[in-house]
Amino acid sequence: MNEAIDTAAALPEVQAEGWQSIVADASSDQRLFKGVPWGKPMMWIFLLSDTFIFGSFLISYMTVRTSTTVPWPNPSEVFSLTMFGRSVPLLLIAIMTFILISSSGTMALAVNFGYRRDRKTTFWLLLATAVLGATFVGMQTLEWTKLIHEGVRPWGNPWGAAQFGSSFFMITGFHGTHVTIGVIFLIIVATKVRRGDLDLQRHGFLTGRRGNYEIVEIMGLYWHFVDLVWVFIFAFFYLW
Amino acid sequence: MEHAEQPHTAPDGDHPLPSAAHGQQHPLGIYFKIWGLLFVLSAASYMVDYLHVQGLLRWFLIVVFMLLKAGLIVSVFMHMLWERLALVYAIVVPPLLLLVLMGIGALEGDYTFLTRGLFLSP
Repeated sequence: MNEAIDTAAALPEVQAEGWQSIVADASSDQRLFKGVPWGKPMMWIFLLSDTFIFGSFLISYMTVRTSTTVPWPNPSEVFSLTMFGRSVPLLLIAIMTFILISSSGTMALAVNFGYRRDRKTTFWLLLATAVLGATFVGMQTLEWTKLIHEGVRPWGNPWGAAQFGSSFFMITGFHGTHVTIGVIFLIIVATKVRRGDLDLQRHGFLTGRRGNYEIVEIMGLYWHFVDLVWVFIFAFFYLW
Repeated sequence: MEHAEQPHTAPDGDHPLPSAAHGQQHPLGIYFKIWGLLFVLSAASYMVDYLHVQGLLRWFLIVVFMLLKAGLIVSVFMHMLWERLALVYAIVVPPLLLLVLMGIGALEGDYTFLTRGLFLSP
């Protein structure tokens, strides 16, 4: 096995630029994404399929919103909070946005410190990311509770187009599920980092593969994607 | 495959393992800069709503801030800026198909709106 790896490493690098490098990679032997650990393209391909799921949700939301003859409830008013005696539009959503961006920042730092083999910092940064993610989900629960108390249902609401509720619960619900899975995923990776599984290349409990710090980066891809989806939801659902 | 079966070179993790050679290592500063930029852009898109910007300008600003944020996250936080071009194109090009779906959705939505106006109006 080692010999095979050595031969692969000894192959001359294809020196091509732009489109030609893609053609060279695609027409070459054995591997398309050269020099990229296999877990990364796998996660990217999964994220690509997820892009289509969220893309379809947002597009169907657009379709129902343009096709309704009843006015759409004004999100700026629906999601406002009363603070100090006056109503602040979208306050909770803005805070949630900042929390998710902060968690993306700590995640990016965790990946960096992971490749530096700084176990302790990586662990704490991953944990901070998980806590911020859990806070996000908690605030989303708060928002759902508030809206349900105000009478928003998938089949109707007091302010206008009935499709508002179904779009809202579907899109934010799916996103919240992704964040929740991400938090669980983060806690698993953080535990592995803390125990030193990645430094010692211990075999994983599920796949049996040797641990390495690339899993932190792969975890990071998923987490940043969750943040990315929120960027689009924030723009199209809350601000539009 | 190449990393999973790698020989046990440095079990205590003091010296970098061979896998680290491919890793995405960049100075910390860039992450903090992008983090700050994302905060500014989010605040800006919130201000669009807070200051009640309406009409075409609102639409334009929301989309611009959204695309800038998405671009920064994908290119820097997800390291697409430094990935091999074959991977970048394999991931970034297919979502453009969603634009076709968006066009179909818009046509369908408009048509449904028109027919509803014709047949369901009181």
